[in-house]
Amino acid sequence: MEQILANGFYLGAQYALIALGLTLIFSLMNVLNFAHGQMYVFGGFVTYTVVAQLGLPFIVGLFASAIILAIMGALIEVYLFRPVIRKSKREESTMLLAAGIAFFLDAAILLLFGEKQRGVPKIVDGVFNWDMRIIMPYDRILIGVLAIALIAGFIAFMQYSKAGRAMRALAQDRVAAQLMGVDVDRYSMIGFALGAMLAGLVGGLLVTITGINLGMGGPTSIKAFMMIMIGGAGVISGAIAGGFILGMMESVGLTMLAAYGDITYLAIFASLMVFLAFRPQGLMGKPWG
Amino acid sequence: MTKTNLAGIGVFLLVVFVAVPMMIAVSGRWDFYYTLTSVALLSIGSAGVWLTFYIGRINIGQGAYALMGGYVSAVLMTKVGVSFWLTLPLAGLFCAVISVAIGLPILRLRGVYFAMITLVLTEVTRLTALALPVTNGAKGITSIPLPGALTVFGVPLIPDFATIENPKLAFYLLAVTLMVLTYAALWRIVNSRLGHLCRSLQQNEELASSIGVNTAHLRLLAYAISSFFGGIAGAVFVAISQSIYPSSFVVTDSVNFMLYCFVGGLGFVMGPMLGTFLLYFGWDLLSVAREYQLLIYSAAMIALMLVLPNGVLSLFDRREGPK
Repeated sequence: MEQILANGFYLGAQYALIALGLTLIFSLMNVLNFAHGQMYVFGGFVTYTVVAQLGLPFIVGLFASAIILAIMGALIEVYLFRPVIRKSKREESTMLLAAGIAFFLDAAILLLFGEKQRGVPKIVDGVFNWDMRIIMPYDRILIGVLAIALIAGFIAFMQYSKAGRAMRALAQDRVAAQLMGVDVDRYSMIGFALGAMLAGLVGGLLVTITGINLGMGGPTSIKAFMMIMIGGAGVISGAIAGGFILGMMESVGLTMLAAYGDITYLAIFASLMVFLAFRPQGLMGKPWG
Repeated sequence: MTKTNLAGIGVFLLVVFVAVPMMIAVSGRWDFYYTLTSVALLSIGSAGVWLTFYIGRINIGQGAYALMGGYVSAVLMTKVGVSFWLTLPLAGLFCAVISVAIGLPILRLRGVYFAMITLVLTEVTRLTALALPVTNGAKGITSIPLPGALTVFGVPLIPDFATIENPKLAFYLLAVTLMVLTYAALWRIVNSRLGHLCRSLQQNEELASSIGVNTAHLRLLAYAISSFFGGIAGAVFVAISQSIYPSSFVVTDSVNFMLYCFVGGLGFVMGPMLGTFLLYFGWDLLSVAREYQLLIYSAAMIALMLVLPNGVLSLFDRREGPK
């Protein structure tokens, strides 16, 4: 049982980090970023290139992922989402754009990095063994700790920095924030860059453990959607809760339901639909997002 | 209906039923039949998605109903031995009934929440198809018979597809006929009392319900019609490929159905048809670009969005000036 909880906690930390980026973009721009999974894959491949091919230390790869994805996010916001949001009659048009970007990134990843499964060598060797109750490789623990540190850093940034305060104001009420002198365009860009950066960071972290391949983008996006549905879209605490809940459910389900075949995800999906029927806005969301 | 409208419909029918088969016969590009048949069937599915857009819901779950419809048709044909022509409406009805049961809770959701839950629904359907015994799991159902002859009161209406020398043409005509019927129905719905009520939902649901519109009932009705279209499209696809697997319709297909609607334009009945044609046919033509196919395709989609964010048909929309 301790092992299941530890696995769930570790998975949850990764998931929460993915969901945070998605929910940040959603709360600022009301955009459902279909390309989030692809950004995560892209980040993983950047780290792979820097670490495995250029032979630089892992931390450099992680920074490279973060910076490249942040720049990519900023450019996408300024040159794609902003003009479309301004010209479009219906808000949903951004979904087509997001899906187009997801396809585009898929194609770019295929051309730049190929279709093979890639991974980097273990960054720390050895296995943590607590009385045969919890067995976990040290690199997983390190990645889990890094993920939690990043989550804590992100929350602190949103809570205490000027930019964080501006973004929270934007998420609450765009017009009011503008009237109070918040530079809406600037902080939308920063928010999008930050969300993309988080996706890239998770990709860089996970490439050391699970590796990365082209096909992971879409399923990751779906998982991220589920997390923010559980927690409530556009709420930071909700994204974290959703990430940890999904991680736990996956870990518990894979152990408990193994006897009945591969139905963990069916069970998770079905319970999610029942849950949303009773609480449409998720655990902590505002009604109707 | 004005005279120009009627003339336009006449030209359209002439093109799809006469000109296209003639051009294919002349050029010898028989592979276009399969592409165009797919376009016709997919546009039936996207017609359904468009209708849910019309009540202000973003539906990314049409793949689920296409898969359900396909399985209903396949199971009825192989296990029960029902004629294809009977399974076609049954597949649609099955999807409509299921969609009412599912729609009852989830249609209370709005905006992004509804979009995400329908996306999840596609995945649920795929996993259900993998887990259920009747669907034969990952192996799917294969060697499904071609549609048989259809006779009504002894009058043969449609010959047995297995005996026709050119089943590709037959399937094309079947798909196009269904497409024309679907869009005629859609046009009728939009220009009826029901359509006006749907528009009121799209604009402001609370206001509509406050003046006595039964919004819950209306949402379910629109969603059921939408799923009916999805089921029909799925059933015909199964008849053409003579097989179905849980991966026949996946999340990507659901997303594509939605994209077709966007590209054509959400404000126009013919939008989803045009969008499907442009995107699917364009994708097919781009296969000459090999590894750059997806890159060019997605870049074109992004560019289209930047230039015409309200859909291709908004080019011809003179009623409203630039916003």
